[in-house]
Amino acid sequence: MQTKRTIFPNKLLPYLLLAPQLAVTLIFFIWPAVQAVKSSFEREDPFGFKTTFIWFDNYKRLFADPTYLNSVGKTAVFAVSVTLLAMSVSLLLAVSVNRVLRTNRVYTTLLVWPYAVAPVVVGILWWFMFNPSIGIAPYLLRGLGINWNHRIDGSHAMLLVIIAASWKQISYNFLFFVAGLQSVPQSLTEAAAIDGAGPFKRFWTIVFPLLSPTTFFLLIVNINYAMFDTFGIIDATTSGGPAQATNILVYKVYADGFLGLNIGSSAAQSVVLMLIVIALTAIQFRYIERRVQY
Amino acid sequence: MFKNVLFLSAGLAAVLSAAPVAAQTEIAWWHAMDAELGKKLEEIANGFNASQTEFKVIPTYKGSYPETLTAAIAAFRANEQPAIVQVFEVGTGTMMAAKGAVYPVYQLMADNGEPWDPSGFLAPVTGYYSDTDGNILSMPFNSSTPIMYYNKDVFEKAGLDRETAPKTWAEVEEFSKKIVESGAAPCGFTTGWVSWIQLENLSAIHDQPYGTLENGFGGLGTEFTFNGEVQTKHWENLKKWADEGLFEYGGPVGGADAPPKFYSQECAIYMNSSASRAGVINNAKDFEVGFAPLPYYDDVTTDPKNSIIGGATLWALNGKDPEVYKGVAQFFTYLSSPEIQAGWHQFTGYLPVTNAAYELGKEQGYYDANPGSDVAINQITRGTPTANSKGVRFGNLTQIRTVVDEEFEALLAGSKSAKEALDAAVERGNQILRDFEAANS
Repeated sequence: MQTKRTIFPNKLLPYLLLAPQLAVTLIFFIWPAVQAVKSSFEREDPFGFKTTFIWFDNYKRLFADPTYLNSVGKTAVFAVSVTLLAMSVSLLLAVSVNRVLRTNRVYTTLLVWPYAVAPVVVGILWWFMFNPSIGIAPYLLRGLGINWNHRIDGSHAMLLVIIAASWKQISYNFLFFVAGLQSVPQSLTEAAAIDGAGPFKRFWTIVFPLLSPTTFFLLIVNINYAMFDTFGIIDATTSGGPAQATNILVYKVYADGFLGLNIGSSAAQSVVLMLIVIALTAIQFRYIERRVQY
Repeated sequence: MFKNVLFLSAGLAAVLSAAPVAAQTEIAWWHAMDAELGKKLEEIANGFNASQTEFKVIPTYKGSYPETLTAAIAAFRANEQPAIVQVFEVGTGTMMAAKGAVYPVYQLMADNGEPWDPSGFLAPVTGYYSDTDGNILSMPFNSSTPIMYYNKDVFEKAGLDRETAPKTWAEVEEFSKKIVESGAAPCGFTTGWVSWIQLENLSAIHDQPYGTLENGFGGLGTEFTFNGEVQTKHWENLKKWADEGLFEYGGPVGGADAPPKFYSQECAIYMNSSASRAGVINNAKDFEVGFAPLPYYDDVTTDPKNSIIGGATLWALNGKDPEVYKGVAQFFTYLSSPEIQAGWHQFTGYLPVTNAAYELGKEQGYYDANPGSDVAINQITRGTPTANSKGVRFGNLTQIRTVVDEEFEALLAGSKSAKEALDAAVERGNQILRDFEAANS
């Protein structure tokens, strides 16, 4: 397709130009990842005096450990729920705002605010609202006959972290959906309207398919967000409890490694997480992307 | 360019060395004391800094106990460790096993010519922090033991005697029922530190073994035995009382929800560390607080044993200049002087870790003027300690306590019976002990 190419005669220059980025990647990503892989094959005391190479023992123990399998299950529930909730609510909001002609700037601004809040602050915020002793939500729920206590009830706790994590992500999704909706040509929907299609029909047959690149992008971002970026929220609201009901994989890496000082197992878990990310991304790009209409 | 930098830094060095501040050796002290306790701790460091000109102790708050320990270990691996770190009693097993990382305090004091008399410390303190040869490895600083706090005003409202605290668990149940039924308060009692108070201390007070090999003092091969009859019965009761609304759970680890429940007069009785005293006094503005020993089951024992120690000690970490350790030794001597210890103990509710500090308090008439302030020390020194009541020492105890909390939560949620929960905790705990044994032997 291209007819003219700029050719740099200097063979070294491209490498030099790439060097800063490569150095950052090597130091901050590749090097720690290699260290994690190495540690995952070792057993070490917390201070690092004695290190024994133990092959796959950490991995074998991990997959025989019911608490780890529990954590895998919790992560699946959490990630799917957060992704579905955050994406559907934000799509609904985006469509609503898109229909409002005059004040949509105001709504957009207001809806984007939560994105600027740090994850830990989000966690504290929801922890405070739902605190069984001093929170406002349990007080109101008691009026409805629901005895809210996420300190004891695992499903309450899971619900709480799903709501908190989704709330934070809605703004981000919303922005992309609004932008996506604005790029849907008005002429198509008008033509459909003239042909007699109602708002629902118009949305599902025209707008939604045209939004699919945005939706696909957000799907990947949201799953990754739910699985890896929600550490602060979990830590501040439930700390993985009660009885490991919200102990998702990324939190377990922290709890076992940093609180439990079991570095070998923690490293093995992070290697497994790394493989999950690679697999998820590969699957998404290979299979889902094919069905997306760009 | 390079010359300029060299010139500048030389100039800077000259300026710095001319200032008297540079002559001071700085001693980093990482701690886990927040709020009232943290302020008091900084006061002590400032007091030491003002008492001499050679050293400067710089206290830094590093978060909760587990966070402080983790931070210190991570720093040690990166060779950035502080000279002194405060480690809670749960981390003692981990620290004792880390021989290369620790500068034992008895050695530190001897090397620097500071006076050191182990017999001056309170017996339970020496017993807990000594190695198998009887040497104290870390500097006793803030030792505590759990006690019971109660709301005298709510007791009166419920038709109970405001001066009589429940002595036995049967009375705790009876009083709680009266309190809830009379509407004096919506909840009878709550507790901080479920694993420490409702399992470790419960076992000690009733002379039940927590683990084999003298509760772990005898070696790394220890196994847990806390799923005995007494413990199972107690957990069954706690579940029953939770269902009846007499008991409210305050959350895992320290139980962050427990103090507000007591301060807001929601729960009338509150079991927590004696070091919660400062916070309780500060927050109980609208009601009068009573202090009492922990309850016991009178059908199990009529002679409750001593409760066990909590709180933290100060560990000197290896890898610093001799000059720094000289300062650390002097600071430790300053810390254990009767005036400082008594002041800290009386302000915070921690135990007086030296006999001299306790005597000084008596002389000052502190215990007569503040009824209930000697509950903790009387409780931890009562009777003759047995192998079951001198404390617990296990590696990775932080993780094990998390396991205990989780199983307790499973019990409260109704997914396990008391027996199943304790059996599961023992099994998972033993697994963690074997990990520790494998990593440290």
